[in-house]
Amino acid sequence: MSYLESNLKTVPAGLRKVLYLNWPLVFLLAAVACTGFLMLYSVAGGDPTTWAEPQMKRFGVGMAAMLIVGFTPIWFWRNISALAYLIALLLLVAVEFFGAIGMGAQRWLELGPLRLQPSELMKVALVMFLAAFYDWLPPERVSRPLWVLVPAVIILVPTFLVLTQPDLGTAVMLVLGGAIVMFAAGVSLWYFGTVAALVVALIFTVMESRGTDWQLLHDYQFKRIDTFLDPAADPLGAGYNIMQAQIALGSGGWSGRGFMQGTQSHLNFLPEKHTDFIFTTLAEEFGFVGAFSLLVLYTGIIAFCLYSALVNKDRYSSLLTIGIAGTFFLFFAINMAMVMGLMPVVGVPLPLVSYGGTAMMILLAAFGLVQSAHVHRPR
Amino acid sequence: MKRTQKQTQESRSTITRRGLLLGGAQAAIVAVLALRMRKMQLEQADEYRLLADGNSVKIRLIPPARGLIYDRNGALVAGNEQNYRVTITREDAGDVPTVLGDLRRLLPISETDAAELLAEVKRRPPHAPVTVADRLSWEEFSRVAVNAPALPGVSPEVGLSRLYPLGPDFAHVVGYVGPVSDYDLSQIENPDPLLSIPKFQLGKTGVEAKMEEDLRGHAGQRRVEVNSAGREMRELGRVEGDPGANLQLTIDYRLQNYAHKRLGEESAAAVVIDVTNGDIMAIASNPSFDPNLFVRGISGPDYRALMENDHRPLADKSVQGLYPPGSTYKMVTALAALEAGVIGAEDTVRCPGYIEMGGRRFHCWKRSGHGHVNVVQSLEQSCDVFYYEVAQKVGIDKISAMARKLGVGVRHELPMSAVAEGLAPTKAWKQERYGKDWLIGDTINSSIGQGYVLASPLQLAVMTARIATARAVVPRLIRSRDGVEVPVPEAEPLGLEEAWLEPIRRGMIAVMNGQRGTARAARIAAAEWKMAGKTGTSQVRSAVVDNKAVPWEQRDHALFVCYAPVDNPKYAVSLIVEHGGGGSSAAAPLARDILLFALAGGVPPLAAYPEGARAKARALHEEMDLVDPETVPTSGSSRA
Repeated sequence: MSYLESNLKTVPAGLRKVLYLNWPLVFLLAAVACTGFLMLYSVAGGDPTTWAEPQMKRFGVGMAAMLIVGFTPIWFWRNISALAYLIALLLLVAVEFFGAIGMGAQRWLELGPLRLQPSELMKVALVMFLAAFYDWLPPERVSRPLWVLVPAVIILVPTFLVLTQPDLGTAVMLVLGGAIVMFAAGVSLWYFGTVAALVVALIFTVMESRGTDWQLLHDYQFKRIDTFLDPAADPLGAGYNIMQAQIALGSGGWSGRGFMQGTQSHLNFLPEKHTDFIFTTLAEEFGFVGAFSLLVLYTGIIAFCLYSALVNKDRYSSLLTIGIAGTFFLFFAINMAMVMGLMPVVGVPLPLVSYGGTAMMILLAAFGLVQSAHVHRPR
Repeated sequence: MKRTQKQTQESRSTITRRGLLLGGAQAAIVAVLALRMRKMQLEQADEYRLLADGNSVKIRLIPPARGLIYDRNGALVAGNEQNYRVTITREDAGDVPTVLGDLRRLLPISETDAAELLAEVKRRPPHAPVTVADRLSWEEFSRVAVNAPALPGVSPEVGLSRLYPLGPDFAHVVGYVGPVSDYDLSQIENPDPLLSIPKFQLGKTGVEAKMEEDLRGHAGQRRVEVNSAGREMRELGRVEGDPGANLQLTIDYRLQNYAHKRLGEESAAAVVIDVTNGDIMAIASNPSFDPNLFVRGISGPDYRALMENDHRPLADKSVQGLYPPGSTYKMVTALAALEAGVIGAEDTVRCPGYIEMGGRRFHCWKRSGHGHVNVVQSLEQSCDVFYYEVAQKVGIDKISAMARKLGVGVRHELPMSAVAEGLAPTKAWKQERYGKDWLIGDTINSSIGQGYVLASPLQLAVMTARIATARAVVPRLIRSRDGVEVPVPEAEPLGLEEAWLEPIRRGMIAVMNGQRGTARAARIAAAEWKMAGKTGTSQVRSAVVDNKAVPWEQRDHALFVCYAPVDNPKYAVSLIVEHGGGGSSAAAPLARDILLFALAGGVPPLAAYPEGARAKARALHEEMDLVDPETVPTSGSSRA
């Protein structure tokens, strides 16, 4: 019987759970999603049926999922954490064999009407499993080498599978998301320092491998690195996205060109304007005010999650909340850094805003876990 | 998990500490993002606004100069010349028909051309310039340039265009360039943005096509400010591109020129290889055509004339053409027999003029027979029966394995179009291809290079080079790239014993120099350049009729392979004259002359010819209109 279960009597039941929801978080998520609807309406040229309406429906389903997950006791989620990880892992393996191939990568499973990206599921399941692992592991052992190796393997197995798809963006997110949970659980800083040094060495090796017969990345991935380092080198080729995205972003100025007035995105200068590059439309049409506001909304979501994690006395709940908030942070930070030219283009969408099938629903369900941790926290 | 109060307390404080650290790190990253936003949207907003607005700043590509192609001595084979042209851009022109009408008063553009142009302008994206006219004279060009302000969307441009100063001599090897077609674009997975430049020249055949990536180079770019009519107001920035790599071929242009001239009017091909390193010194296919016609856009009648010519000038007979090698294949059969040990160097076979096999008679070319002949004599006199007999003992699979070892029936990787693989048939091949068993008659036909056997002149030259050196000479065409020599790996030994090769070479020497040699008339008299060779006559039809009595396209192909000097081989030559008749009379003298030119490094001295052939050689060389080295631009001259 855990600390949490011993305090069961303090846990709200029935309709009282609604009161205990983390309401600011709900409103912030809805606000971000609404921004997304507006932008999708705008990039479709004023046609709601193209992207905005399907996105609203998915948001509705996602919100319902969040509440259902949120009202389910957190210990249930903790108990199935390992199972969730295993299922996600099996799906990842399945995608290797039966997955649909799109854009040069194998990522989707067609399950009836659903188009499932197991790697999306894995981002959440990995955090759940690691949180459960550290909840089980006595805190004084977290920094022992053997007990550092176990979570490292837990992270690296799915990462490797995702890399073979190949999907560099998701692989990076899995590693960083896992690392955030390990960090929060108190693993010694020495490990992180060592890994960081190794990564630097690895990057050096990868860059050296280019053009040799043991080349470690695809040519298109190297090309993206080139483009990142100097987008102007290939303005009509691979650098086109980046150049046009930056032009759109920069031309927004202080208050933007106004809703539906963005020229770059409407004139089809921008590729993937409704997915990975949607932030540029926002920045062009609403300017610095709009872009900065979105950043504030995102930061608010992270802040409320972090607060919820710090006040929660249950170890699993805290680590889970920090991990999910961290993953969410990685989503928007990587996406924004990428379109603003601070990072190579790795194909990470802007969470809750980009048009995206199941990704949004999975993300909202993940926030359901955060809600569940919040609602059922020991008092 | 049961935990003590203390443990729980510790865990909580760790999470709080680490959580706050994480929050701090995240806040720092958010701050970086916000600062970046501030920088781009507030500080540099005007600059980006300018880029976005009406796209008043445009990025224009600077096409790189295409890499030049030289011969082995630095003579220019493919160069670039200035080309004045005029383009029109739909989005800047607005009313295209009116602008085009104005332009037609300045330039001679026909009614049909104008209609075609309008259709093309409509088809292309609005921002893509379309070439209205190119190869303008300076007067025409300046007329347009002066009137440019009145012609929105029209832009006079100076570009580079391909020029082949040596014309037909290199048409098949180097190929030609032509404007990018929609088909070309559909074949390339990730097209270089350069290819969208109107009339951008892309290698279509030969080295130009195969080495396209090296020759093309990388585009530079200019950032230009344009006014509302699309006219450039000023240049804001410029990044130079990289010109394509210059290539140097192994070919000697003078030898190449001589080979073409010596083949004359015949439908023929010749290949000269340096046996010491595989350098292709000349690779000629006759008749040829002027590649410059294709660069400029060949006219309908010109193209039809090339297509309808029964000597097929567009085909590259030297590497694409496949012919039954005829008696030049006898070295393969003989070597296979010696290797298999079914005959010794001095063993003889009696030739009664034919053999009987399965109720069919296979004749020797000499109906009265050659009597007893050994390997050397069989080559010298080109006795067929000798090969009929030994081939049956060796078996076709061993003969074809030997052919492939010598380079026949295998593809040689040269940067030329459609290099043919040829065919050294095997039992398995026939079963797969025709679903029929291999017959002994097939072996007999193959033994003298008839039947299913097919070889290109290139392969026969490689075969000869390998026999001469006993090494797996690999042909090559590119000598250096941007001044960096392409290394030549030393040719591997073939694994053939000298005891087998020696009688073969002796036989080939006897062909030229023996009393009964079939090509005795075409020998080299100079002792230091003594040559070895083998004639071949491959049948085009099955009935044996006198060549002179049948139409040209049914006459036999004449073949000849040779190398010299015999003591220290330097060059190997193969030559085929399509429907030329007998190898000894139609092919051998031509091959000998080309070989002599290579050995002498110029028009050969008359002393090298046998006495009886000197008068004819002198007359021939006096008549020949060889290229004057003074007129050939070299690497020393500018990249014009």
